[in-house]
Amino acid sequence: MQRNTSIAIIAAIVVVIGIISYFVYQPLLNNINLGLDLRGGLRVVLEAEELEGEKVTQDTIEKALGILRTRVDALGVKETVLYPQGDKRVVIEIAGEDDPEAAVNILKNTAQLQFMDEEGNVVLTGKNLVDAQAQMKRDGSNEAEIALEFDKEGTELFAKATSENVGKPIIIVLDGQPISAPTVREPITNGQAVITGNFTAKEAQDLAVLLRSGALPVSLKVMEKRSIGPTLGADSLDKSLKAGLVGLIAILVFMIGYYRLPGLIADLSLVIYTMLVLGTMAILDAVLTLPGIAGFALSIGMAVDANVIIYERIKEELRWGKTLVAAIEAGFKRAFTAIFDANITTLITAAVLMYFGTGPIKGFAVTLSIGIVASLLVALTFTRYMLVLFANITKNEKAYGI
Amino acid sequence: MQIIKRRKWFYALSLIIIIPGLISLFLQGLNLGIDFTGGSITHIKLPSQVTTAEVREVLEKQGLEKAEVQKSGDEFYLRTSELTQEETDELMAALKEEFSEVVFMSAESVGATIGGELTRNAILAISIAAVLMLIYISFRFEWTFGIASIVSILHNVLVVLGAFSLFQWEVNSAFIAAILTVIGYSINDTIVIFDRVRENMRGTRKQDYEDLVNRSVAQTLNRSVNTVLTSIFPLVALLILGGSTIKLFVLAMLIGFVVGCYSSICIASSTWYEIKTSRAAA
Repeated sequence: MQRNTSIAIIAAIVVVIGIISYFVYQPLLNNINLGLDLRGGLRVVLEAEELEGEKVTQDTIEKALGILRTRVDALGVKETVLYPQGDKRVVIEIAGEDDPEAAVNILKNTAQLQFMDEEGNVVLTGKNLVDAQAQMKRDGSNEAEIALEFDKEGTELFAKATSENVGKPIIIVLDGQPISAPTVREPITNGQAVITGNFTAKEAQDLAVLLRSGALPVSLKVMEKRSIGPTLGADSLDKSLKAGLVGLIAILVFMIGYYRLPGLIADLSLVIYTMLVLGTMAILDAVLTLPGIAGFALSIGMAVDANVIIYERIKEELRWGKTLVAAIEAGFKRAFTAIFDANITTLITAAVLMYFGTGPIKGFAVTLSIGIVASLLVALTFTRYMLVLFANITKNEKAYGI
Repeated sequence: MQIIKRRKWFYALSLIIIIPGLISLFLQGLNLGIDFTGGSITHIKLPSQVTTAEVREVLEKQGLEKAEVQKSGDEFYLRTSELTQEETDELMAALKEEFSEVVFMSAESVGATIGGELTRNAILAISIAAVLMLIYISFRFEWTFGIASIVSILHNVLVVLGAFSLFQWEVNSAFIAAILTVIGYSINDTIVIFDRVRENMRGTRKQDYEDLVNRSVAQTLNRSVNTVLTSIFPLVALLILGGSTIKLFVLAMLIGFVVGCYSSICIASSTWYEIKTSRAAA
């Protein structure tokens, strides 16, 4: 290749990388899902409590998740993620609410509605509901009530229960707590009932949503709760980003200072590498957490290491008296087995951790794996191509730090 | 490079570092955070003239006598038994009444079972990973390299665990991620040196193993040093500029990386030499 052509290509590459990274960086960062530890929010791990004779299965958890999702949508809780963990747990993460605690407290209600007669026999349950709506009391007070509508079976059961209990109370029980005990004046056969209690409008609306979405198949107990205030979340993210940037600049300066021309290539590779990792994370919808940043830090170290190994090898080959082009060829080839084996061994560990790990371990493994693959890819293609291009420009070995 | 000749010195140095840590691990164990013990931590900001004693007083009034209060600048960490939402709200209200300016930073509450599970999962995962690594290295290199790598990894993990036990730095679930990072770094660092040993080994006779190891370590020394330097740049930056919550996490990695570099140069290669020559003698 002609010297001038090489210069032109290199200049073009540098300009293109510069422009792309300038325009892509911010949108890329905005598209990455940040973990709650970095942005603030509430994370709650709920465990299904096993009742006697009722084993909690994956199916139970799936059902509970379905109901919780309906509730989240109906209540309009913002930026909520729900997912199962293991066979008995549900994780709720809420990032967008002012008072996420309150939201979780409502969500996790079992909402098991029961109608009992005076002796405590259950005559009807929430299973037979087709609708529940909050409405204001007609007596002009500021209190709300909930209008219920039963299905066919429920209508019959309720008619039977009310006709047998005229003059006596029917007790309405929610999750084991009696909330109201109206006295039956006459049999109710139209399948409609009203729950009164001292509800505010908001409470009545929330309860109506819970009743409409159905009762959870199990009761859920809080196992773990982490809430990160918005001040701390923003603070850690800000500081981590700033520190990351300073660290990255230190690496870039060191590489150019020590390796000269190849150091510049390493720096360009590193910029591409960072884009590639962030881009992959955005595309895969992966979540960046604090441990994820650790994984990223390690993978940056390994990406730089790949370059260091290659250049040290090239220097060695040069000292053996090879020509520059031959040294690059040989150095690259020999460095490759070391880079490959080191990366694959680490990748094995990362893959195992990804498969078995939960929470912080998984977050770490995901970014590390993405980082390793990206680093191998960039070292094999871009770094190699650039080295050959640069060799066309200058044969001066001083430029290689010899 | 006279690595092999001086290897006894390196063993001694490593033991001097590891043994106090081990003793401390047996005697006082690790300072386990709520991720492992269960409990609650409430992290708040108060006016900086407020003292821990004043905060403790408020806690005691709330019936939280066993609480620990830590202060760092204007940030306070209140470690208590597991609090319900109502108890946290009451505590915050009481603090607001006493000090008026209270900024809520974070609150964590963990049931006792979660931490044990996390540790078990991590140990299981690490063990499986170790076996797979051993298989891969035996396949690509030779089993002796696999054993030497694992010895070196164990060495590094022990140093970090020992340091955290000695200084009673608090260990939380992110610490597990830090340990994993140290393991990843150790593997990477060691394999590159072993790759050179493997390459130089062709046609080497058994009596020349000492020279083989010395030569291979010397040839890769520049790389080992430069790599550890570039790897710790971001860590040092995080340690100085990062938020208070991640300091210990970063410190664990920093110790691990520096020790990892030392052990891959001095311990891993010497261990490999021991295995190789003892087999040759047998």
